Amino acid sequence: MVNGLLDLIIIGAGPAGITAAVYAARKGLSFLVLTGDVGGQAAWSSDIENYTGYQFVSGAELTLKFEEHMRKYNIDIRENELVNQIERKNGVILVKTAKDEYSANSVVIASGKQSRELGVPGEEEFKNRGLTYCATCDGPLFAGKVVAVIGGGNSALDAALQLIKIASQIFIINISPELGGDAVMRDKVIKSDKVTVMNNSQVTKVLGDKFVSGIVLKSGTGETEIPVEGIFVEIGLIPNSDFATDIEKNKQGEIKVNCRNETNVPGIFAAGDVTDVPEKQIIIAAGEGAKSVLTASRYLAGQE
Amino acid sequence: MSKNVKVYSTSTCHFCIRAKQFLEDNNIEFENIDISTNPEKAQEMVQKTGQMGVPVLDIEGEIIIGFDKDKITQALGL
Repeated sequence: MVNGLLDLIIIGAGPAGITAAVYAARKGLSFLVLTGDVGGQAAWSSDIENYTGYQFVSGAELTLKFEEHMRKYNIDIRENELVNQIERKNGVILVKTAKDEYSANSVVIASGKQSRELGVPGEEEFKNRGLTYCATCDGPLFAGKVVAVIGGGNSALDAALQLIKIASQIFIINISPELGGDAVMRDKVIKSDKVTVMNNSQVTKVLGDKFVSGIVLKSGTGETEIPVEGIFVEIGLIPNSDFATDIEKNKQGEIKVNCRNETNVPGIFAAGDVTDVPEKQIIIAAGEGAKSVLTASRYLAGQE
Repeated sequence: MSKNVKVYSTSTCHFCIRAKQFLEDNNIEFENIDISTNPEKAQEMVQKTGQMGVPVLDIEGEIIIGFDKDKITQALGL
């Protein structure tokens, strides 16, 4: 059943979606928010030191502040409701989820990104059984244990820095010849005597019985097995844009937008990390969320 | 009758904070178990659930893994 026609549907509730919702509420639009969860990647961040007004804040705290702000308005937010399909028909945009079907004159896609998976045998089986994509959330469960961080960029370094305080030993498994990321973080990580960096190494298999017991690595010298009890996968992100089949994307799957957050489909706008906007930052995503609703409301006014 | 509710959580996990907030908003009393400071309880949670993700809610013996609002609502009869 298609529900009543709305002014706007916002897809996602990370920094971009939440900011979009606040702006939409203040514009007096009829709208709802469809999302898997509230907070998005920001909720997973450990320490945030570059969101203006906060010299230091954790991802969880900042997300609570975002939510509090959103709760000030009577916003209809449907959690646990991921969008499967979006389609423009006769000037109206139809949005389908597993639970229901909605229609609106405009849509803001702010569905963000999710962790890229390794795609090796054992990964699926051992998710949450020693293998995780969130050091901030699950790190404390690995107190005194030997763990591996997979990846060589900033998110891998961030995970390693958190784990230095918790785990007994940390292997960093990096596919490239050298670690990337910011020099400040890299130096801190390398300095720790708990850390062993393994460059030019690729994970080919996750081992275990009920829980993770090790990983198999491929490097120039052949295959090696390392016993670990925890695996933290930090090999980048992929945009949550699969449902947007009619919308133009770049090679990475990011939705293409212009400086007014317009996509190639009239009435469909996009904001934040799911788009090809240069630089993925919380403050940028929030700003883009605001901008997208201002454009959408101008579009809606032009339709009347 | 109020149900016996336990929340296994860590202080840094956003979904734990939200799960606890959800219970508070619905005036549900619960015991918060911070497993980051309590390795024994961490082990207990892993044994109970066969997995290591938080939060875990134990509602009168019914185990709910993750902040699953629909399941929590159902288990509490809200």
